[in-house]
This record gives sequence, structure tokens and C-alpha cells, in this order.
Amino acid sequence: MASLGYIREAPELEESPPALSSGALAWARANLFSSIGSTVVTIGCVALVAYLLPQVVAWATTRAIWSASNGAACRQHQDGACWAFVIAKWDYLRFGSYPIAERWRVDVVEAIGAALIIWLLWIHAPRRVLGALLFFVAYPILALILLHGSPWLGLPIVDTQLWGGIFVSLLTAVVGIVFSLPLGVLLALGRRSRLPAVRAASVVFVEFVRGVPFITILFMANNLLPLFVPETWTPDRLLRPLAGIIIFSAAYMAEEVRGGLQSLGKGQYEAAMALGLNYSRMTALVILPQALTLVIPGIVNNFIGLFMDTTLISLVGATDFLEAMNNAIKDPVWAGPTIMVTGYVFAGIFYFTFCFGMARYSAHVERILAKGRK
Amino acid sequence: MSSALADVDQADAPAIRFTGVHKWYGSFHVLRNINLTVGRGERIVICGPSGSGKSTLIRCVNRLEEHQRGSIVVDGVELTDDVKRIDEVRREVGMVFQSFNLFPHLTILENCTLAPIWVRKMPRRHADELAMKLLARVRILDQAHKYPGQVSGGQQQRAAIARALCMTPKIMLFDEPTSSLDPEMVKEVLDTMTGLAQEGMTMIVVTHEMGFARQVADRVVFMDGGEIVEINAPLRFFEHPQHERTKLFLSQILHIRH
Amino acid sequence: MDRARANRSSWLNDQRVRGLVYQTLLLAGIAALACGAIYNAVVNMRARGIPMGFGFWNDVAGFDINLHLINYSNLSTYGRAFWVGLLNTLLIAVISIPLATLLGFVIGVARLSPNWLLSRFALVYTSIMRNTPLLLLLLFWYNAVLKSLPGPRQSISIGDVVFLNNRGLYLPMPVARDSAVWLLGAVLTAIAVAIRVCVWARRRQERTGAQTPTALVAAALLLGLPTAVTAVAGAPFAFDVARLSGFNLKGGLQIIPEMAALVFGLVTFTAAFIAEIVRAGVLAVPVGQSEAAGALGLHRGLSMRLVVIPQAMRLITPPLTSQFLNIVKNSSLAVFIGYPDLVQIFAGTVLNQTQAAVQVMAITMAVYLIISLTVALALNTFNARYALKGR
Repeated sequence: MASLGYIREAPELEESPPALSSGALAWARANLFSSIGSTVVTIGCVALVAYLLPQVVAWATTRAIWSASNGAACRQHQDGACWAFVIAKWDYLRFGSYPIAERWRVDVVEAIGAALIIWLLWIHAPRRVLGALLFFVAYPILALILLHGSPWLGLPIVDTQLWGGIFVSLLTAVVGIVFSLPLGVLLALGRRSRLPAVRAASVVFVEFVRGVPFITILFMANNLLPLFVPETWTPDRLLRPLAGIIIFSAAYMAEEVRGGLQSLGKGQYEAAMALGLNYSRMTALVILPQALTLVIPGIVNNFIGLFMDTTLISLVGATDFLEAMNNAIKDPVWAGPTIMVTGYVFAGIFYFTFCFGMARYSAHVERILAKGRK
Repeated sequence: MSSALADVDQADAPAIRFTGVHKWYGSFHVLRNINLTVGRGERIVICGPSGSGKSTLIRCVNRLEEHQRGSIVVDGVELTDDVKRIDEVRREVGMVFQSFNLFPHLTILENCTLAPIWVRKMPRRHADELAMKLLARVRILDQAHKYPGQVSGGQQQRAAIARALCMTPKIMLFDEPTSSLDPEMVKEVLDTMTGLAQEGMTMIVVTHEMGFARQVADRVVFMDGGEIVEINAPLRFFEHPQHERTKLFLSQILHIRH
Repeated sequence: MDRARANRSSWLNDQRVRGLVYQTLLLAGIAALACGAIYNAVVNMRARGIPMGFGFWNDVAGFDINLHLINYSNLSTYGRAFWVGLLNTLLIAVISIPLATLLGFVIGVARLSPNWLLSRFALVYTSIMRNTPLLLLLLFWYNAVLKSLPGPRQSISIGDVVFLNNRGLYLPMPVARDSAVWLLGAVLTAIAVAIRVCVWARRRQERTGAQTPTALVAAALLLGLPTAVTAVAGAPFAFDVARLSGFNLKGGLQIIPEMAALVFGLVTFTAAFIAEIVRAGVLAVPVGQSEAAGALGLHRGLSMRLVVIPQAMRLITPPLTSQFLNIVKNSSLAVFIGYPDLVQIFAGTVLNQTQAAVQVMAITMAVYLIISLTVALALNTFNARYALKGR
């Protein structure tokens, strides 16, 4: 099998790929028409979109009523959305029955909260530890004073029964995260502790809370909390579901953080111990910063879930955004067949935009972290 | 087109023939005008820097990758989009991967008997006997009932070789078979491959193991930047490389200056 | 002297001693909280005249429930109401879990489809469902859709046997005739024969290597034999169709709108999560596995069946089980649309009437905990048996 050698004399020229194997046409062939079945599916999908999409778009835009002062126009034109209803009710949907003159306080609290959250979630932001301290310690106090009111600062008290709408949804979700994250970290550390009593207590708490529906936790907080504290302490009606939310979120947070702690690997612990750091220093300076950064996507996902779970607090008398929408729909001035659908669709768009946006952010962070870890 | 192209003179049909093969990933021209003929029983070693297209080339032989221009004829069958043809070719061509790719949910024995039973429709006892024979040949018969996760890397790769051999292929492709192994296990796998070559198996091996190339290869092919740069018998290839790029590559790999 | 001092100070620094101290403090703290809570509870309950035992279990309930799988009337006890609620919760679970799994797998496979349009459609579906609160979906289906249906007199009818109105979905109720027994026999026989055929085919393959299309044979049996028997023995079921009587529809199998909304909402919502789990599971199987299978000559169907899916199922099972538990827990949202499940009846009406909050909540949570822990235990056993074996 004697073979003669070969030696290249001139380099091959780079060529561009043949037309049918790259570019839009090739893509279409591979992804839309690669087989008979695929072609049928493509035709079916295109037909479905061609039929439905114009209808939906028309319902939401061209046939919709954009401005009116009552439901008459919407009752007349029932083939389109009644956005005028949403626009008219917007302030109520945002603030509930919070007194109009004091609504600036809600705006201030929301703005500061947004700024702090952006600071914390921006991976490369400077001095995030300061931000964390502000967010978890100073901000809750500030928010409480501003929202509830304090006679010493000349801020009239606003009863929590008047709070409602988007601001309550955001408030409960943020409060939930603010308090449940430290609690969740403690539970996660406790679960990994060598001390059996600590481990048992953490496991029992987490598995108990994760094993029951959220509604039962809310019921428990609403009905049992007043029984377990002395008569004179009657817990505020908004505080009870907040407590339930904190407990519930803490258990899920604990599992997220535990996952992060586990994925850190023994090497970090061993290096820290070899340097002579004791448990609390090792945890605070080496383990937690890494673990928490690792689970930021998980924490954001928890926040999304929590934000959607806040819709349940209407069961115990708090008025979140969905409940505010329900109330608004019942207004006889606007009564009509399209009002309910419009209201729910708008609520859906609102929740979807918020949650989907946060989910995209979380995926973005995950990608950045993955790159860093490689 | 280079005019110094020399073809292998074969009395019978070649095992594999590449003619004017081009491949693109999107707009990246990854294989440029590949012309290569592999005779029956011939052992070809393909070497070159990473990104030169060597893995892509042998993955085109069993249609794990598609070429866009030119023709590839394997054992008399031309590779096109025809699924039946592709299955035909894959039955006769065995492949060993860099990352072993053993099936973790099956024992090593079951890994080996899976294809003979389901593709060649062998009765189980027949398939078991064949598998045991081949596992003994690669010297891991005692691990036959273990799961891949329970044996070492070298043993896994030898099991992967046995698995490919159970289909009694006419051609064996090796895609960097020892690159994922710890150094002490490389030898056992190379020994297995050498034994295979001595029995006359047609082999194409992509590897950086130059000692193996020197010992076993009939021809060494050097690829760089998607094109074949130099082909020669191993002795001449390593002692007297002709092309500048070959000299550069060898000096980097072997720390020898030419 | 020095040694004695060293020993004394090291006693406090001893890890074991510290550990004991921390644990004692923790337990003491928990005990103190518990005692304080219990003390306050007893005081408060006495002051408000709230019953402290479980005596209420045998008291007359005094309220109606519009869906009860066992006998119940407003003269039944609170205890019976509990069982009615529990059965209603289990009913929802038993119906929703298979449907959600089926829909979830279909959408998951669509997500993995090489057809770009199909995979995008599935992506739109899962994105919407996973970012919308379940409660909003339930309210939408219940209030905006089902409650807006016309009244019984203007029911929407399909073929005059299925009726849809704001009182529910009315399906024909099958009433077994004598010949039903033949149909049952035929189905059981078909199943038994199909199993036999599969076993025989497998043995044959082991012996001779020949393959038989068992799926086709089994399908033919399961469809053909009952049909043949029905043709010979006569229709096994008479159908009781709902008919308008006065202002209402009578007869037929009535599915109340609360249940329809709850099942539909739970199934569509959970299916999106299951679809993502299926997709993640299949994608997590390394691409080298299907390449190796292909390189061995296995065509795509066999490669999926023998190599990819067995590995994917191991990854899919734990999160899938978690979604099943979520269906059980999420069914408690029934309380918002008035479906009489355990929470709505027991932690809602019964708790309101008896005021025995502590007892009621304890029982309710215990039920869910038992379900959760049982499923978790079963999953752990399953995992231990089928986990991929490593060193």
C-alpha cells in the first residue's frame, strides 16, 4: 500500500457558503420545512396566527375605547377593550384608598426602594455592602414611618386598612424579601450546622412551611397570631399577612441559599479554616458573599413567585392590586360586559411585564455569573 | 487547486473517498476543498492545531456533521441526506469519542450489546458472547457488569472501543481518544488501538500522540485552517517535513527545531 | 499551676461545650416562645369563649355543600364536612395531575421541536403562564368566562348531548346496562393479552433477535376487541342526557363551574412548569449520548427510547413530583372561587362557625403535611433505586 506524499502548494481561498446552505433560505428550510410533518405544522401555525393576531390587536387597539368618563361608551362598543376604565381607575389601582394628599409619601418610598434594589442587583456596583445595610435595616424603618405616619414628624397617620393597590403588592413583596432573606440565610446555615438541635429545628421549620399551602399559612397568621399574643397587642391587620409572607418566603429562601452553600464546594471552607478564620468570620467574609451572589438568580425567581403570591392576601382583608381591580370592576358607573375582561387582561399584562422583566434580568445575571465561574 | 495532488492507487474500492469537500458553520469556512482517499486496511493519523477542522472532518464520515459541497463516499455509499444510507454507513463505521459517551444507565456489557440487539437484530445470547469476547480483548471483562460511573477513565474508553467493535465495523474512527485521560491511562488505550491496527482494521485517528502516529500510521495527514497541508509516511513526515506550516507545528509539538 | 489555668480557660472554648450551650439556649428560647404562645392562647380563648377541645367535630354543621362525593346534608356533622372537603381536594388532584402531566409533556416536546414556529408557540405559552398569578387565571376563567355564560334556558349545546351554561358543564352520564359487563371483560382481556404479547415478543427478541411491532399489536387489541364485543353484545351504556326542566337542567353529569374553572386553571398553569421541566431534563442529557447512539447505527426513534429518555426521566422525576405537590397545594385557591375543597369548607366555613381556629388549622395543615411527606418519602425511595450509579 505504497502512498505518495502530498504537499500543499497554494492555500485554498476562503469562499462564502452556497446560497441554499446559509442565510435566510437555508434557515427556513432547516427550521420550518425540514420534513412533511414540519411543513404541515408551519402552515398550521401561520394560519392560526393570521387568524387570531389581527383580532387580538384590534380588540386591544383600534376597536378599544381609550377615553370616556363612564361606562356608557364601553357598553355601546363591546367588541373592544375599555381602557378608559383602567385610566379612570388608575389612581385607585395604584394607591387604594390612601388619602390623596398623602400619596407623595408612597411615591417617595417606592422611588427610594427602587434605587436601593438597583444598587444591590447591579453586580459591579461599588460598596454594595453599604447598600445592603441601607436596604435591609434603614429602609424598612424609613418606609414604615413614611407610610404609616408619625405624629412627631407631622405626618398624619394613615390606617393600614386604607392602603391598597399596586403599592401594597410591591410593599408586601419587598417586605417579604427584606425580612425573609436574612431569616432564610439563618435557616440555611442552621440546616448545615453540626449541632443536631439546630439542624433539627431548621429542618422542621422549612419542611413544615414548604409542605402546606400558602393560604393555610395566611389563615394561620390571620387567625392564630391574635390568639398567641397578649390581648393588648392586637396585631395590625396588614401585619398579619406580612408575617405569613415572611415565614413562607423564608422557607423557600432557605432552600435556595442552601443550594448555593452546597455548590460552593469544600475547598472554600477548608481554605478559610486553614487561614484561621472562625465560624462567624468565615461565614460572613468568605462563604456567604459567594453563595449569595451565586443564588441571586434564584432569589430573584423567589421574588417573582412572591410577587405573584401577594395576590392571595386579599383573603385576609388586605387590598392588593388584584383585589383593587376586583373592587374597581364592581363600580356600577362602569358596569358592562367588557369591563371585567379588560380589567383582568390589564392585570395580566401588568403582572406579566413585571415578572417577565425580572425573569429576564435573572437569566442575564446567571449568564454573567457563569462566565465568571469558567 | 494544487497540481501536486497524488492519489492512492487501489486495486479495490477505497474505504473512504473525500472529493472537493467543503463545509461551513454559518459563514465560517471550516473545511476547504478536502481531497483524501483512505484505502482498506490503511491507518491514517490526522494531526494539526486546534480549530484546524480535524474533528469536523472525521465527524463528516459518519454524518455527525454535514458537508455542503463535494462528495464523501464511505464503503461505496455516498453520504447524502438519505436517512437509510446514513444508517447503512453508521452500521459499518465505528466511532470512539474523546469524552467516551458511554450510556451511564446501562452496564458496560449492556452498552456493548445494545446496538447489536436493536440494529443487527442479534439474539441476546449471541450478542452477549460477542460482547464478552471483545471486552476480554480490550482486557476489561471483569468490569462487564459494572456501570460506567464505577470504572476509571481508561477502562471507560476501552469499553467504548469494545462497544464500537461489537458492531463489527469495517472502519474505525477515533476522535482524540486519549485527550481526556489521565497520563497513566493513555498507554492502555493506545495499546488497545495498536492491537486493533495490527489486525488490519481501517482506522482514522485524530490525535496528538505522535509516538502512536510514528508506530502505527501508514500515512500522517497534517491539517491547518481547514485545509490539508501535508500528507506523508510517518518517517518522512516527522524527520523531513516539507511545508513551512508543518515544520512550525512539529516544532511546537515536539520542541524540535527543523 | 499553669496547666490548671490552661485547662479552665479551654473548658469554655471547647467546641463541644459551646455546641451544647448554643443548643440549650436555642431549645430554651423555642420552649419559652412556645409556652408564652400557649399561655396567651389559653387565656385569650377562655376570654372569648372559644372551645378548646375537638368536641366541635360531632356538632351539626348546618350548612350545605354543593359537591359531595359521600352523603352529606346540612344536618351532618363538622367531621363529615371535613371528609367531604378532603375528598373534593383529592378529586381535583386526581383529575388535574394526569391532565397537567399530559399537556405538560406535549408542550415540552413542542418546545424541543426543530420546527421554529412550534417551539416559539410553546415558549409564548409557557412564558405567559409562568408569569401570571394563578389566582388571576382562576378569576379570569371563573368570572369572565364561566359566569358570563348564558343561563340554562339558553345553554350552548354541542350535538344536543353536551350543554354549557353558567350553572356548569353537563355531560351525558353513562348508565351501565347488562352488556356493560361484556365490555369490561373485553377490556380486561385485551389488556391481559397485550401484556402477554409484549412479554412473548421480548423473549422472542432475546432468543432470535427478531423484532415485533408490539405497540401496534397492543393498540389494535385495546381498540379492536372492545369494539368487536360491543358490536356483538350491544351498547354497554345508556346515556342519561341532561334535559331542560323548568328553569334548570336535570340529569346528566354536571360539572359545576367552580370545579371546571379550578381544574382548567390548575392544568393549564402547571402544564407550563412541567413543560419547562421536561425540556430541561431532555436538554441536560449530554449531546454526546445521542451522537454515540447515532454512531452505533441506532436511528433517532431508538436512540430516544433506549438512550436519551431513560436518562432524561431520571432528571425529570424529582421536579415533576414537586409540581404534583404544587397542584395539591394550589388547589386550596378554591376558596377564592367557591369550590368546596378542604380549605374552603374546613378552614373557611367550619373555622368561622366554630371559632376553633387552633384545632381547625392544626388538622388542615396536618393533612397537607402528611400528603407532602408521603410523596417526598416515595420519591426518595424511587431515587435511591434508580439513581445512576457512580463510584
